[in-house]
Amino acid sequence: MAKEDNKPLDSGISRRGFLKGVGAGTVATGMMPGLAPENAQAAESAKIQGPGEVPITLRINGRNRRVNVEPRVTLLDALRNRLDVTGAKKVCDRGTCGACTVLVDGDPIYSCSMLALEAEGREITTIEGLGTPEHLNPLQKAFIENDAQQCGFCTPGFVVACASFLEKNPNPTREEVRSGIGGNLCRCGTYAGMIEAVLDAAEVQKGGN
Amino acid sequence: MADAKWPKAGDRSLIGKRISRLDGPEKVTGSAQYAYDVNLPGLLYAKLVTSAHAKGKIIAIDLSDAESSSGVKAVWKDEGMVGGEIRYVGQVLGAVAAETEEQATEAALKVNVDYEVQQPQVVDSDSQFATGRESKRESGDIEAGLKEADVVAEGKYGLPVITHCCLEPHGQTAEVRDGELYIWPSTQNVSRYADGMDDAVGIPRSKTHVDCQYMGGGFGSKFGSDKWGTLCSQLAKETGRPVKLLLDRNIELMIAGNRPSAYGEFKVGIKNDGTITAFQANVWGTGGVGGYGMRWLPYIYEKIPHTLVTTRGIRTNRGGQRAWRAPAHPQCALLTMSALEDAAAKIKMDALEFFRHNIQLTDKPDVYLEELEIAADLIGYKEKSHLRGEGTPGSVKRGLGISLHRWGGLGHPSECDLSINPDGSVTAEIGTQDLGTGARTVIAIVVGETLGLPIEAITVRIGRNSYPASGASGGSTTVGGTSTASRLASTSALNELLKIVAPHLGVSADALEAKQGVIREINQPTNAIQWTDACSLLGTNTLVKRGVNDRNESRAKGFIDSNVGGVQIADVSVDTETGIVTMNQMVAVQDCGLIIDMKTAESQVFGALIMGITSALYEEALYDAETGVMLNADMEFYRLAGIKDIGNLKVHMMTGKKYEDRGVIGLGEPPVISPAAAISNAVANACGVRVPYLPLTPDRVLDALEKGGIA
Ligand code: FES
Repeated sequence: MAKEDNKPLDSGISRRGFLKGVGAGTVATGMMPGLAPENAQAAESAKIQGPGEVPITLRINGRNRRVNVEPRVTLLDALRNRLDVTGAKKVCDRGTCGACTVLVDGDPIYSCSMLALEAEGREITTIEGLGTPEHLNPLQKAFIENDAQQCGFCTPGFVVACASFLEKNPNPTREEVRSGIGGNLCRCGTYAGMIEAVLDAAEVQKGGN
Repeated sequence: MADAKWPKAGDRSLIGKRISRLDGPEKVTGSAQYAYDVNLPGLLYAKLVTSAHAKGKIIAIDLSDAESSSGVKAVWKDEGMVGGEIRYVGQVLGAVAAETEEQATEAALKVNVDYEVQQPQVVDSDSQFATGRESKRESGDIEAGLKEADVVAEGKYGLPVITHCCLEPHGQTAEVRDGELYIWPSTQNVSRYADGMDDAVGIPRSKTHVDCQYMGGGFGSKFGSDKWGTLCSQLAKETGRPVKLLLDRNIELMIAGNRPSAYGEFKVGIKNDGTITAFQANVWGTGGVGGYGMRWLPYIYEKIPHTLVTTRGIRTNRGGQRAWRAPAHPQCALLTMSALEDAAAKIKMDALEFFRHNIQLTDKPDVYLEELEIAADLIGYKEKSHLRGEGTPGSVKRGLGISLHRWGGLGHPSECDLSINPDGSVTAEIGTQDLGTGARTVIAIVVGETLGLPIEAITVRIGRNSYPASGASGGSTTVGGTSTASRLASTSALNELLKIVAPHLGVSADALEAKQGVIREINQPTNAIQWTDACSLLGTNTLVKRGVNDRNESRAKGFIDSNVGGVQIADVSVDTETGIVTMNQMVAVQDCGLIIDMKTAESQVFGALIMGITSALYEEALYDAETGVMLNADMEFYRLAGIKDIGNLKVHMMTGKKYEDRGVIGLGEPPVISPAAAISNAVANACGVRVPYLPLTPDRVLDALEKGGIA
């Protein structure tokens, strides 16, 4: 059941649903019997190690990265402060704004609300794994074309959230886009272009590009 | 010879087109590096130690536990604060630097501060606390004006303190290397960010290097280096290690700037035909420990013959105000447009007709009339409008609301160095910054247009204080300043190049132009030379020319101007059972002179609408009256609008000779002024009563409905 709860809704992530998912995940760590064996192992090691630094291996964008972290270190801070993977941003640090969104085993999560230890053994995809300035994916191109970024500080989180949304909803309506990426916030006000960008990217992806 | 004047409509190949921002690829891939992202070998993390109380005295600051906390490399306390006065929660008392961010946070919590706590005063909505000096402005004779009126509408309106809530918090990363100071700040003011830091840090300005390629939002709150910036540099010097210090979100929301509140009692005199005769206002509010001023009342309809406006500030134990996108304008718009529209409703006059009827009381009737008509068309005013409270039956009521605004936006002083290299490459250097407005892109467009090159051919270098100085990005001044400086620099470089090319084409330089990647004879375009071939004639010399935007001169010559107008109309639904306000649609019609990049210009307006919707429906810095603590210093309860909350937005930019001949005028502020006023008017139009205070939350809406009637 915990597993079930931990999955974002198929229609995407609402802020509430997202929080609930993260919360369920944290509870699940303490509920060993409900966990898959590999996660149980991670939880086991989290339990007995610390408070000093422990060595862990995180699989980030297809590469194994070894890093020493105290158990209290979030995935976001492990990425940003220890591995120099800075695309995910620290903004609210409380699981509200989505600027730190990364994919864990294909699901979008707020990396400020997951401990680095919890992410061991899981497939982490950050914005850096989705495209580069030289090789933009269709969604990123659509973000640029529709000017869905201003200061750009929220943008990496949105791109990850939108990519995941499109993966699960390849054929979204405008309304589905609005509710599907409601788990992220932008202060500069780039939502208007963003809705168009997601719809445009869906068209391109349907065309098989 | 090329003329620096802005090209006429038919002659523009880049200016005014829809061009994607140049730094889009870096932003959408996460490779854009912000101050917060700068990681250097040996980096230390610093955290502030701040006051937990809003008012009182500091008796002692004890650093010993923090000093011995694991990973700590430096601790600092503000000696001047010992025995000193605290004025708000979050006031900076000290700082710690440690090997990891977690260790720094832990150590900061171990600093023991002894307080002598006093009762703070944070209430700003009650005029009894308005003890600041009264500022009084009047015209005509208010008593006579009110007597002249057939109807006098009275009302109370207000809007609370809100914060900037930039997604990248304030702060910087700093390093001292070989006696020189390197700073990566999040700033709106690259050229002068480090002013004042030299004495405090002990490194002269000539050895201080500022680098800000990207910054995550400022909105008026990031002009200076602040105490924490200086502290960060000092800690870097003291430890010999690079140090990163960015504010935690709760602290950022409390101490790094806010927009003053404004509350007031109003009387509007109006004749039965809708003519406004008198406007009386008694306004108060707080800028925290900062100053207070609401200068623009009555707003837009400033020629009302009889006016009396008094304003008084309340000093509260809250962090100080800072410029917040269009300082004082959104407040004055909300107060004025609410009071005027309530008067129109009282005589059962349609709001659009009323605002039009009085348009001669504004300073640009023709612009507003044109914009009102366009906005009304775009929103479908004719089909949807109804008198206040006379909409459709049922519990969900729909309504429209209008607001008008203005702004200055004269380009700031700015300099640009333009280099043309023998290999044909072109570089523009300006000590400006791109807050997300598209400043980089604007410079490339102007230089590309001038030299007849595509924007990809232009390298734009900004964000460093070693480049020619440029003003701070505030007051919608950047695009005017940088576009003019880069136009002047590139024209003068081009003219130099034309002189060199002329003999090769057998004509005088006057007969040449740079278009579509070639330099050619104007009257005989086949007599041409490719751009790169032309540049190779420079031999080994790079051609460098400086352009300087002198505000007065550039204004006189038509490069830049000031004073724009805009109109917005909101279409909302109000659920009278739950009190929930839903945005259906909003249109913005905006004039800003000659538009350099239509795409990023429209984005500014879309963004401003969304920011305005946020302030209308959600934003409020809530303070506990007893303790003076901010109750919602996080982003869960200090709410920003999400993508679901904004409805459908339409933006219309005014173009055409009449507007474009004025030159470039800034755009960042004006469209953020009207949204809350328009939305408040729409809510009143929908449900039949004025919800007097923002944000228009369900409880306030229900409360107003319960009281009923027009206040
Ligand atoms: S683009 Fe600035 S916060 Fe979204």
